[in-house]
Amino acid sequence: MAGRQTRNGGRVTAYFNEMYEDGRVRAPYARLEDWMRHMPAGLRSLKQAEAEDLFRRIGITFAVYGEGGDPDRLIPFDMFPRVFTAAEWARLERGIKQRARALNAFLVDIYQRGEIVRAGRIPARLVYQNEAYEKAVAGIRPPKGVYSHIVGIDLVRTGPDEFFVLEDNCRTPSGVSYMLENREIMMRMFPELFQANRIQPVDAYSDLLRRTLASVAPAKCDRDPCIVILTPGHFNSAYYEHSFLADLMGVELVEGQDLFVEGEFVWMRTTQGPKRVDVIYRRIDDAFLDPLCFRPDSVLGVPGLMDVYRSGGVALCSAPGAGVADDKAVYTFVPEMIRFYLGEEPILQNVPTWQCAREADLAYVMDRLPELVVKEVHGSGGYGMLVGPKASAEQIAAFRAKIAADPANYIAQPTLALSTVPTFVAEGVAPRHVDLRPYCLVGERVELVPGGLTRVALTEGSLVVNSSQGGGVKDTWVLAE
Amino acid sequence: MLIAVDHLTTWRYPAPVRGVVQSHRLRPAQHDGQKIVDWGVTVTDGTPGGSFRDGAGDWVQGWTIRGPLSEIAVRVTGMVETADTAGILRGHRESIPPEAWLRETPATRPDAAIRALAAVAAADPLDLAHALSAAVADAIAWEPGATHAATTAAETMAAGRGVCQDHAQVLIAAARHCGRPARYVAGYMLTATEKAEAAHAWAEIHIPGLGWVGFDPANRCCPDARYVRLGSGRDAQDAAPVRGIARGPGEAALDVAVAVRSVQQ
Repeated sequence: MAGRQTRNGGRVTAYFNEMYEDGRVRAPYARLEDWMRHMPAGLRSLKQAEAEDLFRRIGITFAVYGEGGDPDRLIPFDMFPRVFTAAEWARLERGIKQRARALNAFLVDIYQRGEIVRAGRIPARLVYQNEAYEKAVAGIRPPKGVYSHIVGIDLVRTGPDEFFVLEDNCRTPSGVSYMLENREIMMRMFPELFQANRIQPVDAYSDLLRRTLASVAPAKCDRDPCIVILTPGHFNSAYYEHSFLADLMGVELVEGQDLFVEGEFVWMRTTQGPKRVDVIYRRIDDAFLDPLCFRPDSVLGVPGLMDVYRSGGVALCSAPGAGVADDKAVYTFVPEMIRFYLGEEPILQNVPTWQCAREADLAYVMDRLPELVVKEVHGSGGYGMLVGPKASAEQIAAFRAKIAADPANYIAQPTLALSTVPTFVAEGVAPRHVDLRPYCLVGERVELVPGGLTRVALTEGSLVVNSSQGGGVKDTWVLAE
Repeated sequence: MLIAVDHLTTWRYPAPVRGVVQSHRLRPAQHDGQKIVDWGVTVTDGTPGGSFRDGAGDWVQGWTIRGPLSEIAVRVTGMVETADTAGILRGHRESIPPEAWLRETPATRPDAAIRALAAVAAADPLDLAHALSAAVADAIAWEPGATHAATTAAETMAAGRGVCQDHAQVLIAAARHCGRPARYVAGYMLTATEKAEAAHAWAEIHIPGLGWVGFDPANRCCPDARYVRLGSGRDAQDAAPVRGIARGPGEAALDVAVAVRSVQQ
């Protein structure tokens, strides 16, 4: 079962199997292998049915990452956990925190003096003509200098010590409720696993989130800050997560119509009269926050909110305009941000990216189209994308013409050999490809619970972990020392 | 020059509304061309929000007015000491870099006609800006009532008629098309003739070495001591001196009275 070999576009690629290496079980998975081998035949399907029942009962059925699709569909939960050692996690944690700090330093900089642009380390066009650049927050310094308070960093693993960052999510990354619920359900169904293994808990997340949000209360707040979660409403695919987090933190879940601006502050309507709100963890997009500042036709937001925010009467998490930092074209400059603001070398690597706008890169890409992934700079959701190893000769030829016509519109990356983790499938247990999204909290301190959301491609050989294309989720363990 | 402004705007709602929220850019910021002698904004029964200078260097203030109400009056009165700086905006503190003013908006998206108008031969950016401003003045006849608040630059070009807002938006679209950062400016103007508008609008184009320079195609000139600058934006809507929303049904009837006069010293 070691290092499964797959034919990949005519070339043989080896995938890193997180459980088996050179025919031996890797240490963090030792007890799980035992568990798997001794699981009675009938128990597995029984437990799987129980898990699905639990998920359905708590109502966690939303699509992760706003991928669209049926919002009421249950995302398959795979009971086989994914495991990291304390040492592996320690390095990841340092790398994730480093990245979250650099991304925030970048946002503070571009909305104040723009030193990184002046220094010529990133093109002005990419920053100031970016769709996500929000001039309404220029010159405004948010409390503690934080723009992105919850940074979701998507990682893939390609070897024992080899991780790559696929993308950063600086606005309002979703999916953390899966991290928490997956753990909850595993503990309920397999308590013995949590006695046999020393697994670091993730349930501190809601306390840390609350503390993070409280730490960025505006200067005008002179008391225990009142925090709310602002949701677009129950028709939103992540509504479950919004209400789940509000419950865990013990804060109000509100919609735009529950809040209003009066004088210098934002107020919440309550049965006891208006209550001042200090920190808003908003799960609605910038464009809908305030019809007086952004889209005038928005009915989801709070009129006048941005004037209160900009005059220091309320904190918005994340700050409007934070999206510049997670843009696909800006992504390639994150290692440069880490060097520029922190004076450190990046701990986590970016996926090598060729910019077709550069002549040398273009030549390289055109030469190796069958083995590369080519994306449109501003494309999303997999549209306008070429996956070389899976494409036909005609598709490749058509793409070659498109790139030649407008090179600046394309970037290319190698097809990554995503690691695999054992997964329950119809025939038993088999390796399936996974990714990882940890959730880094940035306030007065930078915090990270030991864990994240592991997504798994349930189809054999598939590298696509998106739930809209047959992806599932797993509990993610970080072992204690 | 000492300029006195008295600007009264009244909104009348067909039925009482539960409340109104407004965001104002009604207070001129100080720069080499204007010094505030005295300035005040009153809103009937309004509660002022926090006041701040935004990234473009403009003063912004929120107001909330509790209902039920069927009428609001916003009155701006003040006096500004102005100086002629040949249209150059100097001594204006702002943090948004010029590159951010290259982004087009739906109202300032250039169509074929605007692109054709922008095809003027001028190597020097200042010459280019003057040429564009003149071309816009030639292409758009001043005619009140021919356009409305939401008319786009392309629609103005097709009609060939408009008011200062339309001149400014077409000029902005053309300048950005030529790679020059440009923005819409709202303010007041001291007028001698009936034709010009006292509540005025013009464009600013960024010129390397000079910074922001104002161009007023409607009057075929650059702003001088007759102009009072209130605030800027990517287009007319973005730069609106008052943005507001009422909680309640019905469109308000708007009534505006602006008096701008020079004060003898």
